[in-house]
Amino acid sequence: MAQLPESLLRRSAEARAKAEGRSVEDVLAEIKGEAPPTAPPPAVAETPAPAAGGGGRDLDAEAATFGVPRPLLERSMFARSKADGTPVPAMAGVAAPAAAATAVTAAPAPAPAAFSGPPPGVRTQRLLTVVKAGAIQGTGREPEDKVNVWPHLLAIEFVALLAMLAFLTLLSAFVDAPLLEFANFNQQPNPSKAPWYFLGLQELLAYFDPQVAGIIIPGFGVAALAFIPYIDRNPSVRPSDRKFAISLFTVFFVGASVLTIFGSFFRGPGFNFVFPWVDGIFFDDLLTILE
Amino acid sequence: MADGNGRGGIKEAVAGMGSHLRESQVWNSIFRPGSPMRSDNSDSPRNRSYVVMNNVLYHLHPVKVKRHGVRISYTLCLGGLSFFLFILLTITGIFLMFYYRPTSPQAYFDLQALGSDVAFGQLVRNMHRWGAHIMVLTVFLHMSRVFYHGAYKPPREFNWVVGIILLLFTLLLSFTGYLLPWDQLALWAVTVGSNMAGYTPVFGEQVTFALVGGIQITADTLLRWYVLHVLFLPFIMVIFMAVHFWRVRKDGGLSGPL
Repeated sequence: MAQLPESLLRRSAEARAKAEGRSVEDVLAEIKGEAPPTAPPPAVAETPAPAAGGGGRDLDAEAATFGVPRPLLERSMFARSKADGTPVPAMAGVAAPAAAATAVTAAPAPAPAAFSGPPPGVRTQRLLTVVKAGAIQGTGREPEDKVNVWPHLLAIEFVALLAMLAFLTLLSAFVDAPLLEFANFNQQPNPSKAPWYFLGLQELLAYFDPQVAGIIIPGFGVAALAFIPYIDRNPSVRPSDRKFAISLFTVFFVGASVLTIFGSFFRGPGFNFVFPWVDGIFFDDLLTILE
Repeated sequence: MADGNGRGGIKEAVAGMGSHLRESQVWNSIFRPGSPMRSDNSDSPRNRSYVVMNNVLYHLHPVKVKRHGVRISYTLCLGGLSFFLFILLTITGIFLMFYYRPTSPQAYFDLQALGSDVAFGQLVRNMHRWGAHIMVLTVFLHMSRVFYHGAYKPPREFNWVVGIILLLFTLLLSFTGYLLPWDQLALWAVTVGSNMAGYTPVFGEQVTFALVGGIQITADTLLRWYVLHVLFLPFIMVIFMAVHFWRVRKDGGLSGPL
């Protein structure tokens, strides 16, 4: 049995002592197992408790011991015998109803009323265990420092949205999107450049075989990007713990940027190398800005 | 007016109508409890929670976020701006669809007409084009930000993959839109771009054929890319975006602090 706090034991002992008319210390010692249990105050014979259909019962004594009103005990006894199909045990101290009387005559002579536990059908309550508070209330999670999304985050997002809208509207008010001559299949401009975000790849085409520059490098690049979380098994997010990963990504980031800028501004007719400040800029995406 | 002062009376009448409107059943049926728009709203921790919780915003944001997450220097708002640009591109794109026919040579003339005949046509087209360029940048920078914060680590691995898919779709959307003006810049930039796809080993020819709808770029390519651009790719993109945003919250919101 779990170790119970002294205060609980004491409360339990006090309650029992009051009910049984004994001293608190007596009961406490009995609960703790330090003294042999004393017999409950009503004289009880050493006969076993009557099973259903067995000997008679002294309902008055039971009512006194358990504090259950006698009519309830009677009702429960009748209900049980009806449910079990067994005859009603004889009751001491009361004139049995007619139906019960016949059962009593059929049964052997009833022993004196006696029991050592609660009679069937009577519920008593006892303390099963004490659950300590920590086990229920502990969450196992550290409290986090959080702020309300409204107004703290939403205000920032709204300002960012307005700033972007203002920037884009102003840019669009002053700089027109390019529109060259009608598409002509027979007249390829020199140089022909892809959209700027593919110019890094087009730049690679100047160095490598088309299958390498156009398919293998971007294909493996995208696959490597997508699989980063499954390749990088380092659980730390601290920059000092991830020097290799950060270096590698920075090489990729700078490399892609340099190739794109190079393809955009340093390639002229025939996709040959030019200095933009000497030969001019051959980058139609920014045509209207440059003009 | 009863008080003989006409201007004061009108002012009061307008103010009275305003407060009457804000206490009406119609108004209160639109703005749910806790909304700052309601007349009975007061600033309290509970109402601050209700602003998000009682609102369609709850699909995007939790009630509270980690304190370091609202520092602008942490996210630079890049993901949110990418989403905002997507919405802006959808709005301006729908506007442009009213004035654009994906056939040759009408496509080119429609773009010329946008600049000369349509009210705000040139402005909206400019916003659509520059916005698309900026979106490619913000999406790429958002990816880099996420990498440098290590925000792809468990349990966020899959959301990183979804993010890469969204990056590819952003590029595809931009690339398909590039052809639509049907001018020399569009035609030859797309020719160079789709020639690269033709270098695919083994079935390069088939890839080009499926991409441009023929052996080489024709007016049919225009229709094909138009449908991809205005319907097919945005449709798929929205699905992946829904998954992306949902996973951000389910995986514990913003990562960090470092």
